[in-house]
Amino acid sequence: MKKISIIIFLFCSIKATAQQDINALLAKAKATIESVNDYKATGRMKTNVAFLKVPIANVSVFFKKPNKLKVKSEKGISFIPKGAVSINLTNLTGINKFTVIDAGTDKIAGKIVRVAKLLPTDDNSDVVLSTVYIDEATSLIKKAKTTTKDNGTYELEMTYGKYASFGLPDKIIFSFNAKDYKLPKGITFDFDDGTAPPATDKLKGRKGRAEITFSNYVINKGVEDVLFK
Amino acid sequence: MWSLLQIELYKISKRPRTYIAFIAIAGIVLIIQAAFKADPGYLNILLQNVGDTFEVDKGKVINGYFMCYMILNTLLIQVPILVALVAGDAISGEANMGTLRLLLTKPISRAKIIGVKFFASIIYTVALLVFMAILALFLSMAIFGTNDLLVFRAKDTESQILQIMQDDVMWRYLAAFAYAAVALTVIAALALFLSVFAENSIGPIVATVCIVIVCTIISNLNIPIIDKNVRPWLFTSYLVGWKGFFYIAIDADNVPIKGSMENWPAIRNSLLILLAHIGVLFGGAVWFFKRKDILT
Repeated sequence: MKKISIIIFLFCSIKATAQQDINALLAKAKATIESVNDYKATGRMKTNVAFLKVPIANVSVFFKKPNKLKVKSEKGISFIPKGAVSINLTNLTGINKFTVIDAGTDKIAGKIVRVAKLLPTDDNSDVVLSTVYIDEATSLIKKAKTTTKDNGTYELEMTYGKYASFGLPDKIIFSFNAKDYKLPKGITFDFDDGTAPPATDKLKGRKGRAEITFSNYVINKGVEDVLFK
Repeated sequence: MWSLLQIELYKISKRPRTYIAFIAIAGIVLIIQAAFKADPGYLNILLQNVGDTFEVDKGKVINGYFMCYMILNTLLIQVPILVALVAGDAISGEANMGTLRLLLTKPISRAKIIGVKFFASIIYTVALLVFMAILALFLSMAIFGTNDLLVFRAKDTESQILQIMQDDVMWRYLAAFAYAAVALTVIAALALFLSVFAENSIGPIVATVCIVIVCTIISNLNIPIIDKNVRPWLFTSYLVGWKGFFYIAIDADNVPIKGSMENWPAIRNSLLILLAHIGVLFGGAVWFFKRKDILT
């Protein structure tokens, strides 16, 4: 009986330590991100959605604490995925509003990462579940998967480079659910050139993808509020 | 030849019905421009639920290039009717007024007379298109500014939004207007052909309008058996071929290729079919006119 009590005690202690670790890891990741008060970044955005044939856009990204974020096209018309607001990692790591569950480890690009599941404590939150994949060595969030009530699941993959010390990625791949697009019949009087529409198997399932490759960040130098309007 | 053409153009310019088309086009274009300036809500019909997934600056979407595309989309279905007003009057109008016999007493061949009348109809058609370009394109550019062009397209069961960079748009409009000139010349040739058989203008004008309307409806029925067996034989199926210049090709990554067209051979073939129609209709008009017994 005594032995069993010791085993149960040890097991509970190990679990508690693991839980503490993931919280500490998240807190560390959050601290890195929170060292950035604001930034301006330029980059190139490639949007890949089956019905949308749009060129690669040069974009500017503006961020200001606590959660102001704006993606603007420098020239021309741009289709900015609405969930791209998740690029604001502060939202993902607002651990005070979430219950954190340690979900063990996973592999991203051959590297082992820690997985944390964040369950919002607020019943009215649009987010149902967030899963973040953290590189333990650098305390950087490599991937985040967010399931929402209304807009399906978003996925964010980050690649870090020279701005890693600020927790800012060089490249973001944002995957999202794009709703089906159908024009009302007879509205366009289209020219039928006799060809079948191109096969779009790889894009099917209404999955959309946006890739932003950042070329330059200006960090903590101030960003005017007018840019977020 | 030149003096004959001048006389024909003078006659066209003196007919009040000539200006109906210009007034109608100006009216429609200005109403569309004013409506879009006041309320860009139509864009929501085109964008559908895209706004749920993406942030789109609608102010940038409604620009001069987009407006011109919208106006051409609306007007180029109706302009054939306006072309018929003048071309359908070419021979029958003379017959109605009793001047045809007098005209043919002059030492000019019948082929030359009908050729000049056809050429004058083409000049009228081109003038109409230039007028439309000034109002629909250049005035829209002045009112709404310029930006990238979004083309909304339904292709079989799929719908697409194509984005053309603004520095890649103007040549497409030049090509589209040139194509439209050829397409409308088919209507002029048809109206002239029917005009040869009539003694008054109403008959060939109404007949041309009816043929265009019936064929346009059949062309747009979207019934597979008709699409496959009937549609390719109707000239109205090729009138909207100008849109082909705006169907930009895309690369393997789904990104539009600047300066490209998705299917140039289809546009070229449509042009050749339209030119063949012009040849057959004008040739038929000359052939029948040369053999026509002129009684008035």
